Parts: sequence; C-alpha cells; structure tokens
Amino acid sequence: MPWVLWVPATLALALVVLPVVGLLVRTDLRRVPELIVSDAALTALRLSLETAAVSTLACIVLGVPLAVVLARSTVRGIRVLRAVVLLPLVLPPVVGGLALLYLLGRKGFLGYLLGVTAGVQVPFTTAAVIIAQTFVAMPFLVVSLEGALRSGGDRYEQIASTLGARPWTVFRRVTLPLLLPALGSGAVLSFARALGEFGATITFAGSYEGVTRTLPLEVYVQAEADVESAVALALLLIVVAVVVIAVARPRALEGTAR
Amino acid sequence: MKKLGALVAAAALMITGCGSSSGGSGSETLTVFAAASLTESFTALKTSFESSHPGTEVKFNFAGSSALVQQLSNGARADVFASADQTNMDKAVQAGVVDGAPSVFATNRLTIAVAPGNPKGITGFADLARGGLTVIVCAPQVPCGSAAEKVERGTGVTLRPASEEQDVKQALNKVQSGDADAGLVYVTDAASAAGKVGQVDFPESAQAVNSYPIAVVKDAPQAGLAKQWVEFVLGEQGRAELQKAGFGAP
Repeated sequence: MPWVLWVPATLALALVVLPVVGLLVRTDLRRVPELIVSDAALTALRLSLETAAVSTLACIVLGVPLAVVLARSTVRGIRVLRAVVLLPLVLPPVVGGLALLYLLGRKGFLGYLLGVTAGVQVPFTTAAVIIAQTFVAMPFLVVSLEGALRSGGDRYEQIASTLGARPWTVFRRVTLPLLLPALGSGAVLSFARALGEFGATITFAGSYEGVTRTLPLEVYVQAEADVESAVALALLLIVVAVVVIAVARPRALEGTAR
Repeated sequence: MKKLGALVAAAALMITGCGSSSGGSGSETLTVFAAASLTESFTALKTSFESSHPGTEVKFNFAGSSALVQQLSNGARADVFASADQTNMDKAVQAGVVDGAPSVFATNRLTIAVAPGNPKGITGFADLARGGLTVIVCAPQVPCGSAAEKVERGTGVTLRPASEEQDVKQALNKVQSGDADAGLVYVTDAASAAGKVGQVDFPESAQAVNSYPIAVVKDAPQAGLAKQWVEFVLGEQGRAELQKAGFGAP
C-alpha cells in the first residue's frame, strides 16, 4: 500500500470522527443520563427500536427475493430495475417522504383506494413509520446480498440442479445458506439505517409522541426547545447505532469477504 | 487533492458565513436573520429599502426563530434579527447576541386551515375535538404549537392531533395535500395559501397572540444600516406590507 494513502484516509476518518468529538466536547456528560430518561425520550427510543426491528424484518422478507431475482434473472431490463431499487439511497429523504405521501396519502391513488374501500388512512400511523423505514433501508440489504450472490457465482446452484434438485430446493438448500453471512451484515445495515431514518418519516408519517415520533424526530423536536437534551438524545442514538454495528461486525466482515 | 482543497475551502467559507461583505465597489451588504413566516413580507420590503439606500444589498437568512438564535449564538455574522416570538428573542438577549432592547413590529394569531370549501363543516375551535377528523397542530416546542396549547388551555378543549409538526408550513402542507382535515396555522400562512386552503377564524385565537420582536445584532458589521432597517420595518411602509400579509399591528 502506498503510504501516501494515509493522508486522505486520515482526512476521511477525521470527517466522520471529529463531528462526533465536537458533540461530545460540548456536552455536559454528567447531565446526559438525566436528559435521556425523560418519558418522551424513552417512548421515542422504544418506538424507534420496535419500528426498526419490524422494518428490518420486512426488508429481509421482501429484499432477499428481490436480490436473488436481480442477481440471477436474465430478463431484459433487469439493469434498469436494479438502478430503480437503489433510488432510495440517493433520493433526498424528504423527496422519499413526499413520494410515499403521493402514493399512500389520502389523495394518492393507492391511499385513496385504501380509504374508500377499507377506510384505512396510512399517514400519521406507526405503519407509515415502518413503511418509510423499509423504503430507505431495503436497498442496503439488497446491495449486500446481490454483491454476495454475484461474486459467489452460481456454480453450486447449477451443480445442485444437474443432480436433480428442483428450483425451490436449490434456493432453500443452496442459495439461502450461502447468503447467510451477507444477510447478517445487510440486516444490520438496514436496522441501523431504519433507526436513523428521519426525513421520509417526518414528511410521510408526521410526528406524534408514542405513535410516529421516533428518536430522530424527538431529537429534532428537542433541538427547538432544549439543545442540550437534543444533543444527549443524539448521543444515545449514536451509541445504539455503534453497538448494533459493533455487535454484528464479525458477520459483516465475513459477508463482505465473500 | 486539489478538488479536496476546494471542498475544504468551500466548507470553511460556509462556516465563516460567506458573503457577509461581498467585496469591493463600495457596496454594502445588510444581513437580516428573520423568522420563516416573514419571508414574503420582508422580501417585498427589501426592494424599496434597496432603492432608497443605493449601493446597499439586503440578504436574508430565513429559518425557524430558534434555529436562527442557535446560529447567532454559535457565531453567525448578521446585522438584524427578527423573531417570530418573544421566547426566542429572550433567548437571544440572554445569550448576548443582540444589542439594545428589541421592539415588537407585528403580531400574528392562529386560524384553522381547512380544505377549500370547508367540506367538513368546521365552524370553530371546539369542532376540532370532534371524532373522525384528522387534525394537525405544531409541536409545543415551536411558537405556533405553544400558541395552540394556550388556546387549548384557555378554552378547555383538548385536541387529539394526528401529528405535531415542527413548523407551521408543514402543518399547512398537510392540509393542502388533503391528508389532514384541519390544521392550526397562522393567519399569515393561511393567507399565503389562499385558494388552496380555506380559513376558519375563531375568536379564541385572541388568547394566544404572538408578537414579533426585531433587534440589531451585537457587533453588527453594518450597525448603522441595521438600525435603519429596523426603523423601516417599524415605520409606515413596513406596517403596510406586513398588514398586507395578514399580520396585526403591534
């Protein structure tokens, strides 16, 4: 490795680490515990953890098949589809929220249908939070899995087929087990992303304590009134995210190595 | 590396508050930090101020009042600060970022924004507590939300909002998009969206009138001009423009 890479690498690291240091330096750490145990904060934390868990589950249930289809299908136009799947990664979060609102809002075509036929209103509900989180987090899972599928190739799957296994058996007994490490890292990334979701949530789901106000939204609310408690909550969010990523790190590394 | 350098320089420029004196030719820039609800009226006032002060350019930073106080107390350079409520101006005074006593130049009160034609037949504040209505208010931490809370306390009507928005425009947007049946917003916001939303005024809004104070920022680079802008806003022309937007007299 050329030593010169250390210079930009250090700058890159500093760009991520220093802002967090800035947060820590300005915070009265002794007051953090009392600031984060307010009812509003704990409610928001619980809502965040629960919705992020459900979103991650939804990402797995929907994202695994999608990744397999994207990696293995030879249908024309699959490359365009792949680009579309990555869209939530690059969309400004507020735009994502607006898009969901235009689909599922009361005047959105699906939302209108749901309202007329079932009397269901999606915005301003916990379900809306989960949809927004799944929307932004799923690409992380799909990208991890698709990468693993492509770099792994389909040699084992072909061999299984030639030995007489049906497609469904191949998927269950060969494809899925090979995917497990990447699934682990992808799920962790999705969970962390869902936990930090803000823009699409506030636009599409609104902000109400106990129903739609997740921890990032609570940080935003507090920033208007009491910056210190907002910073304390932000630290809590950072700690949770770091713990989640650190706990799953060995798997994540394994996943990228494949 | 060169690109990186440019990026770092751009970031540094942003941090130090770019364009506080946009160079040479004797032109002077007046930087006004103002509450987002003043966007339309202050932008209209800028034109006549600039024409009566040749060589002067007025630049705005419109945002939520508390965000502006944040920026000012973290060292943002500005000449004038206009807040949408007393609370945030008090914060600015306490933080020592404004010079002298602030003066109130306008007032604002709440109204109910509804869909055009008022299809849900909302006639007053108490109607908002009706079941089956999706009602949006502002979070109590922001001025429009604390005003809504005051009205709730005064009337004894407890709302069960679907969402507490972070700023009044978001609340308005949700009524405009049709996702909410009613929203508590300022008269000025409802006026700015006239045609797209209907407006149901209620007498109890008099219980929570917001005042808008304005002050010169401490160590303002253009202290003289800043004083003139404040006087201009407080003066006849300022009052007329603000009244046009729906603001009340101080």
